[in-house]
Amino acid sequence: MAGTRITRTPTSLTQGSGGATRGGVGESTPRPDGVLKVTGEFAYSSDLWHEDMLWGYTLRSTVAHARIRSIDTSQALATSGVHAVLTYDDLPTEVTHYGLEIRDTPVLAHGKVRHHGEPVALVAADHPETARRAAAKIVVDYEELPVITDEASATAPGAPLVHEDRDDHHSGHVPHPNIVHRQPIVRGDAAAAAARADVVVRGSYVFGMQDQAFLGPESGLAVPAEDGGVDLYVATQWLHSDLRQIAPVLGLPESKVRMTLSGVGGAFGGREDLSMQIHGCLLALRTGKPVKIVYNRFESFFGHVHRHPAKLWYEHGATRDGRLTHVRCRIVLDGGAYASSSPAVVGNAASLSVGPYAVDDVDIEALALYTNNPPCGAMRGFGAVQACFAYEAQMDKVAAELGMDPVEFRRLNAMEQGTVMPTGQVVDSPAPVAELLRRVKAMPMPPERQWETTEGADVRALPGGLSNTTHGEGVVRGVGYAVGIKNVGFSEGFDDYSTARVRLEVVGGEPVATVHTAMAEVGQGGVTVHAQIVRSELGVTQVTIQPADTQVGSAGSTSASRQTYMTGGAVKNTCEAVREKVLEIGRRRFGAYHPAWATAELLLEDGKVVTDGGEALAGIAEVLGDEAVDLELEFRHRPTQAFDLRTGQGNGHVQYSFAAHRAVVEVDTELGLVKVVELACAQDVGKALNPLSVAGQIQGGTTQGLGVAVMEEIVVDPVTAKVRNPSFTDYLIPTILDTPTIPVDVLELADANAPYGLRGVGEAPTLSSTPAVLAAIRAATGLELNRTPVRPEHLTGTD
Amino acid sequence: MRVTFTVNGRRQEADDVWEGESLLYVLRERMGLPGSKNACEQGECGSCTVRLDGVPVCSCLVAAGQVEGREVVTVEGLAGDNGELSTVQQAFVDAGAVQCGFCTPGLLVAADELLERCPQPSDADIREALSGNLCRCTGYEKILDAVRLAAARTEQAV
Ligand code: FES
Ligand code: FES
Repeated sequence: MAGTRITRTPTSLTQGSGGATRGGVGESTPRPDGVLKVTGEFAYSSDLWHEDMLWGYTLRSTVAHARIRSIDTSQALATSGVHAVLTYDDLPTEVTHYGLEIRDTPVLAHGKVRHHGEPVALVAADHPETARRAAAKIVVDYEELPVITDEASATAPGAPLVHEDRDDHHSGHVPHPNIVHRQPIVRGDAAAAAARADVVVRGSYVFGMQDQAFLGPESGLAVPAEDGGVDLYVATQWLHSDLRQIAPVLGLPESKVRMTLSGVGGAFGGREDLSMQIHGCLLALRTGKPVKIVYNRFESFFGHVHRHPAKLWYEHGATRDGRLTHVRCRIVLDGGAYASSSPAVVGNAASLSVGPYAVDDVDIEALALYTNNPPCGAMRGFGAVQACFAYEAQMDKVAAELGMDPVEFRRLNAMEQGTVMPTGQVVDSPAPVAELLRRVKAMPMPPERQWETTEGADVRALPGGLSNTTHGEGVVRGVGYAVGIKNVGFSEGFDDYSTARVRLEVVGGEPVATVHTAMAEVGQGGVTVHAQIVRSELGVTQVTIQPADTQVGSAGSTSASRQTYMTGGAVKNTCEAVREKVLEIGRRRFGAYHPAWATAELLLEDGKVVTDGGEALAGIAEVLGDEAVDLELEFRHRPTQAFDLRTGQGNGHVQYSFAAHRAVVEVDTELGLVKVVELACAQDVGKALNPLSVAGQIQGGTTQGLGVAVMEEIVVDPVTAKVRNPSFTDYLIPTILDTPTIPVDVLELADANAPYGLRGVGEAPTLSSTPAVLAAIRAATGLELNRTPVRPEHLTGTD
Repeated sequence: MRVTFTVNGRRQEADDVWEGESLLYVLRERMGLPGSKNACEQGECGSCTVRLDGVPVCSCLVAAGQVEGREVVTVEGLAGDNGELSTVQQAFVDAGAVQCGFCTPGLLVAADELLERCPQPSDADIREALSGNLCRCTGYEKILDAVRLAAARTEQAV
């Protein structure tokens, strides 16, 4: 809009590496946004500000399942300072629903609400408190309906259907309309193999609903534009996926919805689905004014999907000498009221359900339900986490039954390069499962009774800490191990690609590279890695990272551990093409002066064109002069296939990543309090592009797994399907006092198919840390413990 | 109402402040100082930590009217006048303690106060001082490293 001003907008990040082209691939360079972040200058999406902006607020359903008889907005509209109140009836076009894969989610509730916290109406006002108070004056008349909360209620005869008239591409294959998607995997003959087993071990497991709990709230600023379109500044994981869902609902062509990423305060999968994006745009377009929406923490718990809670049933068989004969399992994921990414989570849970073990005979079924519980979708580890919790508990159980060391038993059955997955896919790159277990076991143990001092006990180091609940009496230690497998990138035949634009030009006599991608930097460090890749490939020191927006091709999602591989790969490939152009220009201009231009292998290093023998031919600045090289290219990983709907066979995954954990815990058996003393991790990363960030990702992922082991769970009332703990007071995430030291041993076995040989890092450590902690608590207490999180009542038998 | 107080050494005035507004809201939305973060606005995460007359507080729990005539230091006040990062800020960058960075301002204010009060803290001291600040990204290991590094650099400088 002419004459308006956005005081805080996302800025470019420029970083020189000081002198020679240090800060290349493989070095622990600092983040280009680090200084802005420590000074408070970095503009997160909740920091955006416009001089005449309004504040948006969402009214949410107070019940889980109900018919909406009427909505009366008159009182809200009459409130002074209120500029607009919108309901479903105000939506501008016929497209009123959106979704990542299945368009089943209404922008605002239509006729019915299907879960507690579903958006019902929107308010825009001149002060956030005015908006909130006006929303409270909206009168919604609900006629409550029976709720579906689990598999039994979803598939009972005559059960109400969560979505009455489904016609999505899964609806023809599922056994019941309240099942979103179901994926069996049958390979070999599990029944015949079971007959050969000397021991058979069965177990049932429950995995609680975890929340991403990123700290930066869902937020953004929508600014109406003169061409009837809208500019949206927002925190998300995938700008182009948002755009594809937003534009049709607004009744606008994609070209009129311009999206720019603003600072993202963590994501972990919780920003894959839309939150305030469409709501902000609708209010901005209706009022003609910029509208900012910032969720408070209560609303954030309702504003994004969670990790699927799961019920898992497993059977493992083994021979006396410790070889697995077969695995049977059934995994039931609760997808909640809307599909989100449930179908893909089902595919992951099924295909990774056996874990990193070689088993020829399997019979697997995974499915996701539609219920009236909160919608669930993507979270770090994506379906592999729930399975890992259960199969690792099973591995310990089988080992115990055989009287074997649990690590030894795992190593005997560990998959390796060449192993065939349950899906029939051959693992064709390093799979160092046995080695990771060996390494994590070999790490030095933390000393016993660390809390003991000459003066007695340092209570800070004991379970219960400063609550001073024990001085060591009744405290027992346990050690547990676990290992997991996670796929990297998008699977099942998805056309997964990323785009990068790289410009190389001379500014003030210096060659300067500019990188433009739509990659969402959510904290993972992609921007750091891009600058490193550019320095390595183009031999420049000055690199500018432009803000991510939809003016450049899609980068795909910042999820599935795929961004370093995919957008990193795109930056690398584009740099290679830029380098070729530079050499072409060099040959044209200087080729006549030195034969090496035509004969030698040429590189760009330290601002110069050099031969592979190290001879400098010319400065990049001289070569380019006032010409700029500017290229935009797409990058794809090798294609994957969909899983067969009956047998689950298919080369569904691009790459796998592996991590192993050893947990050491101390438990106060009298009060049921757990102190995790140490959580060591060994992980293969293929190639550590930035070792410091790699360690940080592993430690962060490990801590999220620790959280779900001992404290994190969204508690949904089983009768009303209402969320009981949507706050940081009641939903607990680990503090620095709950988190132990996390020593990390990084292995780098290159994957020949990946850029630089790298392997996605971010998710694998989230898998095995939970079962390792559980195994350690079981070792300390001798209890069975088959659910997450473990609470004091489970340890003291007072449940 | 009007609220007058000192922020990072400068006198500031805010007009038309509604009685229910928090110090956090006034800093972020009225004074253009969004460095203090709004992760929970219920005193649970520490992202909004500022120093009020030297004492670390959750600014989301302080009513704007309570700061009348008092002194507030936010993350924006930690760097030197010439923009040079303070020891603890630099240590957070160098140690890799910043990922998404949303927790960082609150942690920096808390760590700054710790190091002023206790220049050579033990790990247990650091954990205790930072236990009110949630970080969802880092696993805290690099944050511990950063505070240790800041303490070591301060000692060397003495
Ligand atoms: S925002 Fe103040 S403590 Fe969380
Ligand atoms: S770095 Fe993201 S919350 Fe701490």
